Amino acid sequence: MNQFRALWAYRNFVLASIKGDLRGRFARSRLGALWFLLHPLAQAALFAIILSEVLAAKLPGVESKSGYAIFLLSGVAAWALFAEIVTRCLTVFIDYAGAMKKIAFPRICLPIIVGGSALLNHVLLIGATLAVFLFMGHVPGWALLVLPIGMALIGIFAFGLGVLLGVFNVFARDVAQATGVVMQLWFWMTPIVYTANVLPAHVAWWVSFNPMTPLVQIYQNALLYDRPPDWESLVTPAIVGGALFMLAFFVFRRASANLVDEL
Amino acid sequence: MNNADILRVNGAGKCYTTYDSNWARFAEWFGVRVSHRNEFWAVRDVSFSLRPGEALALIGPNGAGKSTLLKLITGTIRPSAGSIQVAGRVGAILELGLGFNPAFTGRENIYLAGGLMGFSTGEIAALMPGIEELCELGDFLDQPLRTYSSGMQARLAFSLATASRPDLLIVDEVLSVGDSYFQHKSFDRIRKFKEQGTALVFVSHGMGDVRALCDRVILLDRGTVLREGAPDVVVDYYNAMVAERENAKLTIEQRRSAQGWMTTKAGTREVELLSLTLNDAATGEEVVAARVRQRLALMSVVAVRKPIKRLVMGHLLRDKTGHVVWGTNTWHTNQVLENLEAGQVVRFRFEFDCNLGPGSYGCTYNLVSTSSTTVDNYDSVDNHLVFDVLNVDVPLFAGTTWLDCRISVSMD
Repeated sequence: MNQFRALWAYRNFVLASIKGDLRGRFARSRLGALWFLLHPLAQAALFAIILSEVLAAKLPGVESKSGYAIFLLSGVAAWALFAEIVTRCLTVFIDYAGAMKKIAFPRICLPIIVGGSALLNHVLLIGATLAVFLFMGHVPGWALLVLPIGMALIGIFAFGLGVLLGVFNVFARDVAQATGVVMQLWFWMTPIVYTANVLPAHVAWWVSFNPMTPLVQIYQNALLYDRPPDWESLVTPAIVGGALFMLAFFVFRRASANLVDEL
Repeated sequence: MNNADILRVNGAGKCYTTYDSNWARFAEWFGVRVSHRNEFWAVRDVSFSLRPGEALALIGPNGAGKSTLLKLITGTIRPSAGSIQVAGRVGAILELGLGFNPAFTGRENIYLAGGLMGFSTGEIAALMPGIEELCELGDFLDQPLRTYSSGMQARLAFSLATASRPDLLIVDEVLSVGDSYFQHKSFDRIRKFKEQGTALVFVSHGMGDVRALCDRVILLDRGTVLREGAPDVVVDYYNAMVAERENAKLTIEQRRSAQGWMTTKAGTREVELLSLTLNDAATGEEVVAARVRQRLALMSVVAVRKPIKRLVMGHLLRDKTGHVVWGTNTWHTNQVLENLEAGQVVRFRFEFDCNLGPGSYGCTYNLVSTSSTTVDNYDSVDNHLVFDVLNVDVPLFAGTTWLDCRISVSMD
């Protein structure tokens, strides 16, 4: 409880840091926030051209030509949230080493800043992605409203994993390197570029264990097919995410005394 | 100790543990007992307490544990042993400008870094006029921080750090930043806090600051308290310790080589120098780093190889730039030796007060027959011996000469 009280006392710092983070992304760039639109647009165009035109990939049940691009953008957006939280939590203690050594403030602020900043960034990205959808003539339906559930589940899962790895990374820097490799593999093990049902049965069986699969599907279902998620499939990721979150909190509390000593 | 203490440090220690493997460390978090580890105590068994308005300086050589102790008091690291209790708000200036974002304006950074110090927006807004006045940045306050000079950043950071008076102020060597005007101003501010009852703990290598600002000094060495007491006593002890270490270091290296010094050897070798040492006049111990005002003796042993009519010994001291600081010989003092025979050994002792300024000096010897090396030059080497002079116990002064100056000041 003390941690949360301390966090509340430092809310100004957390909010100002998130604001600074966001501003830092676009500081001194001429197009500023327009990059938010350009990034997903470029990505969609690239994947759509390469994969849907060249490889003639077809999505079952989708008639519109831009269907694949929408499918892809939805999955990529979900994955990007996950990846950003994990990779930034991974190095957050090292990035803030100077402040941690010299200023007494609740350390829990740091992952919160990173997580909050990533979530805010994600909401803006979703906004930009929706604008791209409209541009392509696709109007998302009411299922859009379940996205916050997806954000929360991905957020908790990524936050737990990221903080856990971030603490370990302070003591063994190999963790960050290894995570980079694993994240790459994980991306391709998740049905983002392809759909789950094109996989051969023995591969599909493995992919079904991937907690990111149902989480990414929340986005794909909501944005492309306009349908609510398969609630049953969300049980496993919710449990795994919650457990990781608790474990990360426990390890963080145990390690926080040692953390500064190692930086 | 009493209830009025602002800070109580009770047998505090900080131990850094290294594990054989990281797995051992991780396992320990989960309650597994781990035996294989090495311990290093950066600070050990330090106890002291501070009352309001008291100022304590921590001095000591590098690696003595000063900064670790400051971090322990600040609370960024936790003590492995003992306890540290603080009554009231702690303000710590361990490094200026931490938590600043270069993209933000000065004013926004005050809110950001102020938040990091635990102030709420309302509190910072209330402190803003005082900060503006202290940092004297004017219109720059609303410019992005990246446009600031490092001195301006330091001013902003210091103004924020001392925006409100803490009960305990912890300052690591950071006050040497900024121009002298601002340095003066920041010293003033700290002094004023002290008068209003702020207890002060600071680390400094500037012994002048230590004498000027603090009431007590703790000398740390290898993590433990070596001396504690009044500034003059402890600072003198520390300076003597530094000088001694310097001597010890240089004796191990066998005296410093004449590297960087111009050495010229000359001589016809009728007479040869066997040894030349600089010694403390009283104890006779060899000295490589002398203190200002120390009584020194240049002692030499000379062997006569061939019969000669006259022998004169002369010494010259040069500073690093080659200027002769002082010099004389036995000709001028009417101590010329006459009619020497081969095989004789002569000892010279030049005793003098080391009225030299701090710095490095080279000692030349000339074994000649007159007052000049141009008639007979038996054995002469420039800068044969190099030694340092340290200012340990007299007030700071400039130049290569110690003039025992007495200053009196009067006002009408």
